Amino acid sequence: MEWMAWTWPTALFFAIIAMTLTVFTILAIKFPEMSRMGVLGMETTRGDRLFITLLGSAFINLAWLGVIGAKQPFALIVCLVYALAVFRWV
Amino acid sequence: MNKTVNQKAWFLVLPVIVLVAFSAVIPLMTVVNYSVQDTFGNNQFFWAGLEWFDIMLHSERMWNALGRQLFFSCIILLIEVPLGIFIALNMPKSGFWSSFCLVLMSLPLLIPWNVVGTIWQVFARVDIGLLGYTLSAIGIEYNYTQEAFSAWATIVAMDVWHWTSLVALLAFAGLKSIPDAYYQAAKIDQASRWAIFRYIELPKMMGVLMIAILLRFMDSFMIYTEPFVVTGGGPGNSTTMLSIDLVNQGFNLGPKAAFSIMYYLVILLISYVFYTVMTNMDKKEGK
Repeated sequence: MEWMAWTWPTALFFAIIAMTLTVFTILAIKFPEMSRMGVLGMETTRGDRLFITLLGSAFINLAWLGVIGAKQPFALIVCLVYALAVFRWV
Repeated sequence: MNKTVNQKAWFLVLPVIVLVAFSAVIPLMTVVNYSVQDTFGNNQFFWAGLEWFDIMLHSERMWNALGRQLFFSCIILLIEVPLGIFIALNMPKSGFWSSFCLVLMSLPLLIPWNVVGTIWQVFARVDIGLLGYTLSAIGIEYNYTQEAFSAWATIVAMDVWHWTSLVALLAFAGLKSIPDAYYQAAKIDQASRWAIFRYIELPKMMGVLMIAILLRFMDSFMIYTEPFVVTGGGPGNSTTMLSIDLVNQGFNLGPKAAFSIMYYLVILLISYVFYTVMTNMDKKEGK
């Protein structure tokens, strides 16, 4: 595993993603998904909305780093607001 | 009758999971790990945080390469998609000549990328290449090693030669699936050739055309071998596409990894948009 060059922050990052996927899988089993039409004019399931959230969050973090370039953790607050918006309206 | 619940079937998916893990997930995780560290080999790593992402996001070189890459993909799509449809519309629909055309069209698709690059490198040479020599002989100023326009024209022509067949074959498959009844109805209505194309053929081909556009966009967006073999990214940096720029980042794995992740995210985003459009179209058609 040494060649993978693990660090604590990246391990934490992947652990959170793995946990999120696990939670969403359990949710999908307990409360089966229903697709709905959102503001983007397309049908999305809970899993779709999670994917849009994760992908969008990556771009929000990059945009924050490129434009503001400081206090990166604040980008996570923007991501949280974005996630709430996606799960509510998309 | 009650359905038997048996979750053992999940084990059948196991080989795929293992394969994807080793071919995609673990390498991707490793790239993420590299992107936040500094290393020149020997398995020695130093924490760098988001520094490489910051440097890459402010790198004029990377933005220029991205601009060139998008420009290249747009040109490719604008030429290959209409040309592919045009070829498919004019191909014989059945019989010996149909099979002959299909085999002929498939030939460029079977040639390995680096061989395509080498063929065009020789073909476009001004001293010995048929194309380069002919263009020079008729008085057209053409030299792909020294002039940016010639280099671009060469790699665009090469890609069109290599991949238009794919669009044509997919469009042809779409056309073949249209039942004769549609054409008969059009004939009764005395529809013009354009109306038949606009209201029958194009809508029926839309599904496969979206796949063709997606495949061509992804492939052209990740193009490396052909322009690298033909122009090496030159003259200057004029044909340095994103993947060539990525390889030219030096020996430090950190900036390369950060670059790769951003590259990957862009591809993922565009693929997702295409995928969503395609599935939505399928759903609308199904209704």
